[in-house]
Formats: sequence, C-alpha cells, structure tokens
Amino acid sequence: MSSADIYREIILDYYRNPRNYGKIQNPDIAQRDSNPLCGDELEMHLNIKDDKVADVKFTGKGCAISQASASMLTELILGKDFDYVKKLNKEDILDNLGLHDLGPARIKCALLSLKVLKSGLYSYLVDKLHDTASADKIKEESSGLY
Amino acid sequence: MQTSFINIENIRNDFPILKRKVHKVKPLVYLDNAATTQKPIQVIEAISNYYLNYNSNIHRAVHELAEEATLAYEMTRDKIAKFINVKKREEIVFVRGTTEAINLVAYAWGRQNIQKDDIIVTTEYEHHSNIVPWQLLAKEKGAKLEYIGVDDNGELILDHLDTYLKTGKVKIVTFSQMSNVLGTITDSEEIIKRSKAHGARVLVDGAQSVPHLKVDLEKLGCDFFAFSAHKMLGPTGVGVLWAKKELLQEMVPFNGGGDMIREVHKYETTWNDLPYKFEAGTPNIADVIGFGAALDYLDKIGMDKVREHEMELTKYALDKLEQMKGIVLYGPKDVTKRGGVISFNLGDIHPHDLATIIDEDGIAIRSGHHCAQVLMERLDVSATSRASFYIYNTKEEVDVFIKSLNRAKELFKL
Repeated sequence: MSSADIYREIILDYYRNPRNYGKIQNPDIAQRDSNPLCGDELEMHLNIKDDKVADVKFTGKGCAISQASASMLTELILGKDFDYVKKLNKEDILDNLGLHDLGPARIKCALLSLKVLKSGLYSYLVDKLHDTASADKIKEESSGLY
Repeated sequence: MQTSFINIENIRNDFPILKRKVHKVKPLVYLDNAATTQKPIQVIEAISNYYLNYNSNIHRAVHELAEEATLAYEMTRDKIAKFINVKKREEIVFVRGTTEAINLVAYAWGRQNIQKDDIIVTTEYEHHSNIVPWQLLAKEKGAKLEYIGVDDNGELILDHLDTYLKTGKVKIVTFSQMSNVLGTITDSEEIIKRSKAHGARVLVDGAQSVPHLKVDLEKLGCDFFAFSAHKMLGPTGVGVLWAKKELLQEMVPFNGGGDMIREVHKYETTWNDLPYKFEAGTPNIADVIGFGAALDYLDKIGMDKVREHEMELTKYALDKLEQMKGIVLYGPKDVTKRGGVISFNLGDIHPHDLATIIDEDGIAIRSGHHCAQVLMERLDVSATSRASFYIYNTKEEVDVFIKSLNRAKELFKL
C-alpha cells in the first residue's frame, strides 16, 4: 500500500497525540518487548478487574505505525471483557488500523503491540490465574505473529 | 551532471543492477552503500567464470583445475597486499568478513593476552561487531571494557584515551577508521601513536574506510586490521584480517580442521605456515576470486579519485540538506573529516517511516540503529536515517533524494 494510504491523518494523530500513553502503578500485567530489527520499544500495563480491562496504558519509542497501533489497541481493549482480549488476532489489529497490505518489513511494526499484549496475557494467565491451558492457547496463536 | 573526478556514465554501465526499476517504474537510487555496495559485471563474471571453467578445491590437488583455482585465489591475496600496502602476503588472512576478523582476534589473541583487571578500550561510535566480541572476552576474563566518548561534532574525545592509558592496564585499543553512522574519519594515526607509547596493541576496523579512502598499513602502524569485500564492490562472505606476522605466529588457531595443519597425529597437531594456520576448511574460493576483480576495478579508478568524487557528492548533499527545515544532521560538517555517510533525522518522522516513504520513489536508504546502539544512546535518539554514497552515485540522484524527502515532509504535514 502507498505511503499516502499508510500515513493518513488518523495514524499521524495517534502517533503525535497517543491516547493512553503512560504507566500504571502496580499493574496486574506489565509487559515489554522490542523489535530487534529496528529497535522499536513498547511497554504495556493493564489492570484487570471483574474480568474486564479496567485500565490500560503504554509507553514506547518507534515509528508512526508501531506507536499508533499500540495506542489504538489500548482504546480497543479498555473496558472490554477479558475473553475478548484473549481472542484478539492479527486481523483485528490491522482492521483497527485500517492497514491491510503492509509489506513484510512493516507489518511487524503494526503487530508489535499485539505481541506485547499477548505475552503479557500469557504471563498473567500462568502466574496469577494458573490457567496454563488458556495460556498455551495464546502462546500458540501469537507464535504466528512475527 | 557528473562530478569532475570520474566518468560516472562509464562506471554506471558496469553495474547491471543500476538499470533495474523498483516499484515497477522508479529508477533505482541506491544510497545504502555503507551496508553493502553493488557489484560491477567484472566481479560477477569473475565468480561465474570460476564456476563455469575451473571450479576446484585449492592448495592440495595436483590437477590443472586445482592449479588454476589456487593461483586465482592466491592472486587476490597479493592484490590485497598491494591495495593496503602490506609487504608480507602471509600476514593476510581470509575470513568471512570484518565481524569474523574481530572475533578471531578477540578469541585467538585476546584469550591469551587479556587477564583479570586489564582494560580493553573501544569507542562510542563502534559497530556492534567491535563491541560485542570484546564484551564477551571482558566477561570471561574479568577485564574492563572502556569507551572513548564522542563529542557534539561527532569526533572522538582523545583525552578519554589518555585517561585509560595512564592506568598502565590497557592491553588493546580497538576502533573504527570511519564511523558507519556519522561518517567521521578517525584520527587513527594519533590514537595508534598514543596507544603504542603505552605498550597497547591496536586493532583498526577498516570496514568503512578501505572502500572509500586510500589506506596504507605500513604508514598506519597498527597491529590488527579488518575489512570486508562486500562493502567495496566485492561479494559477501569474504573479509580480511591483517595482523603482524609475529602476532599471528604467537596466536592459537581460531578454527581447527583441514588446511590449517602441518601434521596431525592422534593427540597432537602442528600448525601450517601463515596464513593457512588461520584458514581451516575449504575457503570461499569463488568469492575471494570475485574480490580480486573488485580490487582491480577500484585500482583502475584510483582510490584518490573515489575519495574526491565522494567528497564532492557529500558536500553537494550536505549543502542541500542543511537548508531543509526540521533536519538534524549528525557528524562533522567538514567533508575533509568525514566520508560519504550522512545520518539525519527529519522533524518527528521516524526513520522507518521515512525510509518507507522514499522507497516508493525508488530510493534505498538505511533506517534504524545501524548496529550502533551505543552511539544511538550517546546521540539520544532511537534511530537515524542514513544515506551513503559510492562511485556510481550522481548529483542527480541526490536531487531525487532531496525531492523525496520534501514529499515525506508533506505527507507528515511538516
């Protein structure tokens, strides 16, 4: 897809004015990752309450695609059921961004936030909920992200 | 609009890839030469000629093919000796690239000579390949790794070196002759002079310098020197480690295997003569031969001309870039102090976004940390964009590049 299609007003807006940017004190989930190819960094914090995402924040450094993607993902999941978040997939993220035909080099930027989220969920399910079955399922699903 | 120093049209005709289009219709503007350069037809033909006509293993067989292959392989060694002004051909060791050369020194020399509390000195503008092998060695031996800092002009702060040298514990100083990010040409002779006065060995990473500057090792006076073929018109998978003969003699082999031995018995082996002691296994014969053709090509143009051409292009590009609103340029402003590598940031456009946008106009640049995260930290950026030139680049290409940067600015509403 062309740059004019990628760098639309909305992507630039989320890049320059990221929603839910910041950290949560003592979050239930804290997960950080980076893309070794380009050095993009992303950290996500979540609080889960009554099986819902009660709060979510992110911090990071990187390109417009990775940062807008992270910010839009936080908006997408805030207040949603935990089950919904567990089921989020690659297509949901690309739909949300309106970016469907990114090349192989740039799709990683768009999916970094989902990867961080899934890794965080995995640790949460294993360490706090002791639900290894669900955790393994998430791990399997997210292994295809990169 | 060619520069006054070389006939660009003739040169460009030797590079088949420069005729291709990218994104269907855009002429390729290749400005990623610090990562790897394109290959002239002479190099491509030298490699295919070996496979078509005299493919054979080298050194031991006595048939005609083997003789031809051995001769061609060894001729490259002589060409290298001449190219970097080295008297003893046995001091030239073929490796896979600069990275392997540095690892070889860290392993084969470092493990014997670095002890607990010794100091290894490197610089803040090194490529990861000149940091990580020394970190591994320092951790293993309990030695210290220290850094010569970079000033705001992108040059090394040599006072830092003096501070380390005064401790009397510095065993080796290792630095790049030209920064792969800033383009800064290191004051190598001064560093070597000071280091030698304190009895430290010196390794020079020539990956960025040998392709672009005339390098004279006899004059330079370092102990180890490393560079790669693929950054100077040659194929990937070939590099050179040069080291003083007495050092190579003292060092243990890096890889054990065929060709590096004199006699093998059940529990003892004696080593082959230099340089073969360090060339275990069947080497990259075809690509070493291809590298020979690349050296011939550069020799024919003349490294002085290469340098003059790149200085003119770099000045042309810097003059235009400096006028661009929102640009931050890294590295020395004076083109006599730098090579044809220009790192920059444009407004708040992330380098990956910038590279994606200008790629649409057929322009290949690098974006990211350029394997120099220590320097990125020093510059306080997560990434930069980098354009780098070589002998086939033109001022017209610089114009296309500038125009494309302006389009990126428009897209980002800057």
